[in-house]
Amino acid sequence: MTKTWNNRAWFMVLPVLLLVAFNAVIPLMTVVNYSVQETFGNNLFFFEGVKWYQEVLASERFHAALLRQFFFTAVILLIEIPLGVAVALSMPRSGPWVSVCLVLMALPLLVPWNVVGAMWNIFALPDIGLLGYGINALGIDYNFTRQPVAAWFTVILMDVWHWTSLVVLLAYAGLSSIPDAYYQAAQIDSASRWAVFRYIQLPKMKRVLTIAILLRFMDSFMVYTEPFVLTGGGPGNATTFLSIDLVKAALGEFNLGIAAAMSIIYFLMTLLVSWLFYTLMTRGEEQ
Amino acid sequence: MDLSWMAWTWQTAVFFGVILAMLLGMTAWEWASPGGNPRRGVLGLDTTRGDRLFISLLGSAYIHLAWLGLVGPDLGWALALSIAYAVGVFRFV
Repeated sequence: MTKTWNNRAWFMVLPVLLLVAFNAVIPLMTVVNYSVQETFGNNLFFFEGVKWYQEVLASERFHAALLRQFFFTAVILLIEIPLGVAVALSMPRSGPWVSVCLVLMALPLLVPWNVVGAMWNIFALPDIGLLGYGINALGIDYNFTRQPVAAWFTVILMDVWHWTSLVVLLAYAGLSSIPDAYYQAAQIDSASRWAVFRYIQLPKMKRVLTIAILLRFMDSFMVYTEPFVLTGGGPGNATTFLSIDLVKAALGEFNLGIAAAMSIIYFLMTLLVSWLFYTLMTRGEEQ
Repeated sequence: MDLSWMAWTWQTAVFFGVILAMLLGMTAWEWASPGGNPRRGVLGLDTTRGDRLFISLLGSAYIHLAWLGLVGPDLGWALALSIAYAVGVFRFV
């Protein structure tokens, strides 16, 4: 069957185009405008060219925040993806416990991000929080408000608690879609548990795991609310990720030019990674 | 309509004008030859000409940033490199 080309169909996307223009394109254009100017308030701007971009690219503070951001993203991906798959594999495939497990898994995802931060803040306090008090009772000196390692441990633990469920649910959906015939064939061949995972379950989960990695990468790369509420970027700058640093520059120091240049660089990184993942995913589909 | 709150400069206006001109050019191209000319290029990716424009623009942004970070604020050569890169993308990717 030959496809009919009708370019008038493009008018159908006009409403969404207008919506995106107002909530994304126009603000982004304004940020680009800010990124080449200096302002001292009162809507007075002075053209500075690419100075802010140069400053941001050479700024040790930006490099440090970027490094922290990549490190955080790498750590949580390395923990959440295998853990999510492991939990999904150990969940029941049928029976009444399926619904119980699914609801339990979905619970952390329903908690608003700022509430997660506040909850973990209290939970990890060394004097009154269950986690903080418990760790200190074991003889380990733990205080996330003044020890960078403890702050990182708490931020990562919080993210793992909040988001591993997403990987579990996606992996579980992937596992549920595998027909029984595959397992029966494996049983006939007396395949080991590892062989079943390596040659049946993992390949069948490839699509959903790509989506899980993409979603977790994007969310963790843009993480703001939870670590901001938990540690406020501290102690010192130990947990100041890119987004926290950006807000500090824009709203705390009112360095609109630098913050705008940072935003554009941040945006370009997100755009590149999104494109890479999208290309990988659609390529996988074609194959 | 007062757009002064967007803090326009003529340089950024030219920048966005060029992007708009590219999009209009692509629209006219699509009108003249519909279908987006899909093909599989040297990267093994199936791309339409819209994809190729996106890859060109994103790559150009990175070329400019790399030039700014590694060489200096004179971006004339970065622009030339980006144009050569875009031609390469449209020809081979």
